[in-house]
Amino acid sequence: MAEAKRAVSDGRLLLLGSGDNVLVARQRIAAGEAMSIEGRAAVLAVDLPIGHKLARRAIAAGEKIIKYGAPIGVATQAIAPGEHVHVHNVRSDYTPTYHLTAEQGSGA
Amino acid sequence: MIAMRGYPRSDGRKGIRNTVVVGYLVECAHHVAREIAIPFREADVHVIGFPGCYPNAYAETMMERLCTHPNVGAVLLVSLGCESFNKYGLERAVRASGRPVKTLVIQAAGGTRKSIAEGRDFVSEQRLLLDEAEMVPMAASELVVGTVCGGSDGTSGITGNPAAGRAFDLLIADGAACIFEETGELIGCEHIMAARAVTPALGAELEASVAKAARYYATLGYGSFAAGNADGGLTTIEEKSMGAYAKSGASPISGLIKPGDIPPRGGLYLLDVVPDGEVRFGFPNINDNAEIAELIACGAHAVLFVTGRGSVVGSAISPVVKICANPETFRRMDDDMDIDAGAILEGRATLDQVGAAIRDLVLDLGRGKRTRSEALAHQEFILTYKSFEPIGPACLPT
Repeated sequence: MAEAKRAVSDGRLLLLGSGDNVLVARQRIAAGEAMSIEGRAAVLAVDLPIGHKLARRAIAAGEKIIKYGAPIGVATQAIAPGEHVHVHNVRSDYTPTYHLTAEQGSGA
Repeated sequence: MIAMRGYPRSDGRKGIRNTVVVGYLVECAHHVAREIAIPFREADVHVIGFPGCYPNAYAETMMERLCTHPNVGAVLLVSLGCESFNKYGLERAVRASGRPVKTLVIQAAGGTRKSIAEGRDFVSEQRLLLDEAEMVPMAASELVVGTVCGGSDGTSGITGNPAAGRAFDLLIADGAACIFEETGELIGCEHIMAARAVTPALGAELEASVAKAARYYATLGYGSFAAGNADGGLTTIEEKSMGAYAKSGASPISGLIKPGDIPPRGGLYLLDVVPDGEVRFGFPNINDNAEIAELIACGAHAVLFVTGRGSVVGSAISPVVKICANPETFRRMDDDMDIDAGAILEGRATLDQVGAAIRDLVLDLGRGKRTRSEALAHQEFILTYKSFEPIGPACLPT
């Protein structure tokens, strides 16, 4: 437990606006690493590359994602604290996001 | 400190480079233009051109502004002979600017081989003359600087873009004109941006330009958002916009211009790159270099290019300063990068320090320094069809 706490309160995560519900990774963080999100322990489920976001608190489906103090899209499902926030659980309020995955490349 | 020096031009502007431009006026003349330039590829001879065979007022304006850009000292135009481009008008405009110009018509010159030989003779003659050209002192207030971001990721909006914004604020304080752009990447920022306009009427024009971009992209079905942006942690166009907007810094916005409009004085300008009218000719800018070419057509002596994923591009005519937002990318691609803005994320530098370093590098470009992309002979260029109405009276308040 002491280990986990030390691994956390974290220079690795960046809060850009005081009202934001997401945090940004300042460096690559590996899956399985312990973090403290707003003082609560969480374990990262997936590798989080630099510049990616995770939830600062529980976000309900339909709620706006706030980064830099501004809405950057809307949650398409409930998102737990510490969960990766990205194209799989957020959509734009303007135009859909086009992205490629390796699975698409292999015909899946 | 050594003063900046520039090449004086007849319109009062000064150039920080003295490039010979070889301009093809249709794709059919592109190969000949490229062959003419090959022996001079490291001697400031750059190929630009327009591939279309059918007339387009935007493309003709762009070519004229580029051929009379302060960084350009002489121009060779290469025509196949039967294309629609108004080569007479372009040659006349270049000549009126006081620059040496020659139009080589491949059909009249006797084909590929003869045209290449004749073109190389002209270029080598001009190169010798330009290398002897006199330079005069130049002030920061005489600079026009553009900014663009490309290959953006989740670090761009935290490090590189705000650092470019700080550099803009410093340059504007010294009297320079600075231009930011891509209204399609300001979607969601229109209201906060409009509040920075020097007049309410200009603010309304700024908002309208973003609303136009949002409509245009909605019709196309895609935003100004590439697959790599998502790999880099950007989830939506509005998130990318918030990061891109940081490039504009904190100065008041003095005007709204369109491609080819030259800022009338120092200050901060938004370049509206999205065509007017119904959706025609496809995407507003098909890649980053189309945006860079438009900034240069507005007189930019240099372009600040912020990248997170790692773009390698440079440009014909004006040096491109590559600001790398992502420290991992910088370590992987440092040969291509001029500025390590990712140092901010790792606590090795502050935003203000990186902003000042960018400003210093821009001034050094006027003291003979070359960017990484120039040293690597990057001279990318692209120009395609678009259409614009002239800017309205509220766009440039006096």
